[in-house]
Amino acid sequence: MATPLVVSDVAKSFTMHLRDGVTLPVVTGVSFSIRAGECAVLGGPSGAGKSSILKMLYGNYAVDEGQIIVQHGGGLIDLASANPRTVLAVRRQTIGYVSQFLRTVPRVSALDVVAEPLVERGEDRESARAKARSLLAQLNLPEKLWALPPATFSGGEQQRVNIARGFITDHPILLLDEPTASLDAKNRDVVVELIAAKKAAGVALLGIFHDLDVRDAVADRVIDVTAFAAGKIAA
Amino acid sequence: MTDEPLLRVSALSKFYGSRVGCENVSIDLWPGEVLAVVGESGSGKTTLLNCLSTRLLPSSGTASYRMRDGQWRELYRMSEAERRFLMRTDWGFVHQNPADGLRMAVSAGANVGERLMAVGDRHYGRIRATAVDWLSRVEIDEDRIDDEPRAFSGGMRQRLQIARNLVTGPRLVFMDEPTGGLDVSVQARLLDLLRGLVTDLGLAAIVVTHDLAVARLLSQRMMVMKDGRVVESGLTDRVLDDPRAPYTQLLVSSILQV
Repeated sequence: MATPLVVSDVAKSFTMHLRDGVTLPVVTGVSFSIRAGECAVLGGPSGAGKSSILKMLYGNYAVDEGQIIVQHGGGLIDLASANPRTVLAVRRQTIGYVSQFLRTVPRVSALDVVAEPLVERGEDRESARAKARSLLAQLNLPEKLWALPPATFSGGEQQRVNIARGFITDHPILLLDEPTASLDAKNRDVVVELIAAKKAAGVALLGIFHDLDVRDAVADRVIDVTAFAAGKIAA
Repeated sequence: MTDEPLLRVSALSKFYGSRVGCENVSIDLWPGEVLAVVGESGSGKTTLLNCLSTRLLPSSGTASYRMRDGQWRELYRMSEAERRFLMRTDWGFVHQNPADGLRMAVSAGANVGERLMAVGDRHYGRIRATAVDWLSRVEIDEDRIDDEPRAFSGGMRQRLQIARNLVTGPRLVFMDEPTGGLDVSVQARLLDLLRGLVTDLGLAAIVVTHDLAVARLLSQRMMVMKDGRVVESGLTDRVLDDPRAPYTQLLVSSILQV
C-alpha cells in the first residue's frame, strides 16, 4: 500500500504588506511522510510552525515551495499546487481536520454540525444523524444539547462537537490540531480511544498535542518541527 | 458532480468610456459551487455581476453557459429573447433591494407564481400550492400569501425575493449584496436560509458582497477585486486566513472583532 501522505521540502513565509513588506519566515525544508495506521505528532515550542504545517496540509494556508503528495481517489495529487476544486474534493474524501476551535454557523444544531461531513459525502441524512448521536454520546455531550446550535456551548462542549465532526467520516488521513486542549480527563481518554480506533482502521494521523499524557498515549513518533526552523525575522 | 463547468468566462472587460468597470476577469464555475466576489464600493464587482447575468454587455471577452441539454451557448451572442428566457427559468438574480426584484403591488403568492407562469405553468391550484410550499421554505407564514410585499418587513421581502427566484429550480443564481441593509439578526437568519437552500438544491451561485463574513459563510471560492481587477482568488478560507495580496491583507485586517 502506498504512503497516504508525503511532504517534501515545503517552505512557508508570510509577507506583511501592511508592515512595509516585512517577511516572516515560518518553516523551510519540511519533509516527512505518514504511513497508514500510524499517528505522528508534531513537536516543538509554540511559534515553531506546527499549526502552520497542519494548515498547509489542509490547503488552508498557501505553500511557497515544495510538494504535499496525497493519495486521493486512486491517484496522487500535489496539494501544494492543486486548484481550489481539487482541494475541496480532497477535503471531502481524503483529508479530515479537527481544528482547535469550532467555527459555528447560526441556527444549525450540534447534531447537524457533526452529521454534515457525512451528508456532504452523499450519505443519507438520517443515518448520518444516527452516527452523530452515537459519537456525541461516546464523547459524553449531554443529550439535551444535541438539538441546540453550539455557539453558546462551553469551550469543552464545543471542542467535543468539533471532535465528533472530525471523527465521523472515514477519511484515510486525519489532521488534529490540539483536539484535547479544553477537555477533562475522562473525555481526553475517550479521544485517545477514538484515535486508537482510527489507527486500527488504517488511518494516517498527524496531530499537535500539548498534553504530554495524551501525546504519549497516541504517538507512534514525534516529528521535531524545530528542525524546519526558517531562521530569524528578516527585515 | 460533473467534470464540466456550468459557466466559463474568459477575459471579460467592461469600460465606461475611458473608465474601467472591470478588466480581464476569467471565471470557471461548476455546478453546486458558490463563488463570492468581494471588494469595496467601486471595485467593479457589481459591473462584473451585471455583465455575467447579461444585464449589461461587456466591452470585450466571452462567457459561455452550459444549457440544460448540455449544449454550450455564448451568452453575448444569444438574442435578447433567449437571454430573457434564461433569466426567467434557469437563472435567478437576487437584488440587494428587494423592491428591484419584486413586484411590490401584487401579492406575495403572485410574485412567486408569476415565475412559474413564465415557464408555462397554467394550473392555478398547482401554482398556488407551489407558492405556499416556497413561502414556507423561506419561512413566510401561509396566511401572508395574499398580502403585498409592501406590507412586509425588509427581511421578509428579501426572503420572498429568494423564493421568487428559486421556484423555477434555477441552476445558477446571481446575488448582489443579498444581506446588505438588513439588521444583523435578520441577516443571520437569511444567511442560514440561503446556505441551506444552496446546499439542498445544489445551486451554483455568484455572490457579490463587501462583507467577508458573508463570503466565509456562503462560498467555497472567493475572488477579491480592486479597481476593476481581480487581485486575488482561491479557496475562501485560504484567502481569508492566508491573504497574499496587499489589498486582501488590508481588507482582512480591517474586520472588526466582536
